Amino acid sequence: MAERFLAIVERLGHAVNERLQRLGFATRFFFMLLLYSGQAFRRIHLTIREVYFSGVLSLLIILVSGLFVGLVLGLQGYETLQRYGSSEALGILVALSLTRELGPVVAGLLFASRAGSSITAEIGLMKATEQLKAMDMMAVNPIARVVAPRFWGGVISMPLLAALFSAMGIFGGYLIGVVFIGVDEGAFWSQMQASVDFHTDIWNGVVKSFVFGAAVSLIAVYEGYDSVPTAEGVSRAITRTVVNSALAILALDFVLTSFMFRGL
Amino acid sequence: MNRKLLDLWVGFFVAIGIAALLFLALKVGNLSAANFAETYTLVAKFDNIGGLKVRGPVKSAGVVVGRVADIGFDPLSYEAVVTLKIEARYRFPKDTFASILTAGLLGEQYIGLDVGGDEAMLQPGETIAKTQSAVVLEKLISQFLFNKASEGTEK
Repeated sequence: MAERFLAIVERLGHAVNERLQRLGFATRFFFMLLLYSGQAFRRIHLTIREVYFSGVLSLLIILVSGLFVGLVLGLQGYETLQRYGSSEALGILVALSLTRELGPVVAGLLFASRAGSSITAEIGLMKATEQLKAMDMMAVNPIARVVAPRFWGGVISMPLLAALFSAMGIFGGYLIGVVFIGVDEGAFWSQMQASVDFHTDIWNGVVKSFVFGAAVSLIAVYEGYDSVPTAEGVSRAITRTVVNSALAILALDFVLTSFMFRGL
Repeated sequence: MNRKLLDLWVGFFVAIGIAALLFLALKVGNLSAANFAETYTLVAKFDNIGGLKVRGPVKSAGVVVGRVADIGFDPLSYEAVVTLKIEARYRFPKDTFASILTAGLLGEQYIGLDVGGDEAMLQPGETIAKTQSAVVLEKLISQFLFNKASEGTEK
């Protein structure tokens, strides 16, 4: 009995130890990443190439999902608002929920599963095929050459993708509300403009998407760099990227929201 | 993929991303030149501001002429001190009447400026002398109930 209890404690301690060690390495990795970023920026085309892979190639999924989220918000919002005879407030509902929350969060989740996973897979496979080691042998720093451009590519892409998502969603809400259901077009836009504030709503949304972009990119490059260099290890690393990114986005969203919208 | 085509796509992506941000700022958030227009401050004291909020609109004849910049409490007179930022191109006479009104039955509260006939204009930083407080629905209802009750005893 006592032996079994001891074994459980031992395993628990081992797990905690390992997690802490990984967290410590992640922090060190992040600072190394920042340190070598200057070196990476000297060859800016590497970063531009990553903006293409994580930004441009995510455009389609972001635009289509944004449109559908806007359409659903338009339908559901109208359904609820017309019960209280205030269907003109549809514009406010669609614009505020997209710019404050849905835009950054859903775009972040999509970005994590579309771009984050492929970054992890790429770096993980580079590690498995010993390309990173080969670079080190040739005195090319893998963090400056491989990791930093992918990180900054994600950080640059994410706010733009979130803005596109929100804009597309508002267009979707407009399409359903004004074009199909027939909410007054003037009221839709003017009520939206009267209650959406540039600083509290739009700017805070941009700040959120920037933070999410940094978090997802960091998790993706870290999991790739830290993956066990086998087929199984890489696949596990990809799973961890998607799961941890989603958790990080939602938790950070709560923290940021409680700072940004206190008492409003 | 060659570098030129790649740059073209990234340029396209950044351009439409910035266009989306501009759309959000200008069309959705209505961040136009008016928000950066020069303003001057006026002060108004109210007995009760009801649900007035900072950044609430200040309207005259239904047109937004400014915003509520700050709401404070004066511990000497026990009044609410509301600081208004009015666009510099609009000037109001000395006997302007400031009242807290509600848009619709349950809508947001705003400050309405009713213009008097005085020739002298309010200077920046001056206090609006004549104000009317917000109508508090509970007080109105209790007044109505009291009236009903007293009617009942008279009969």
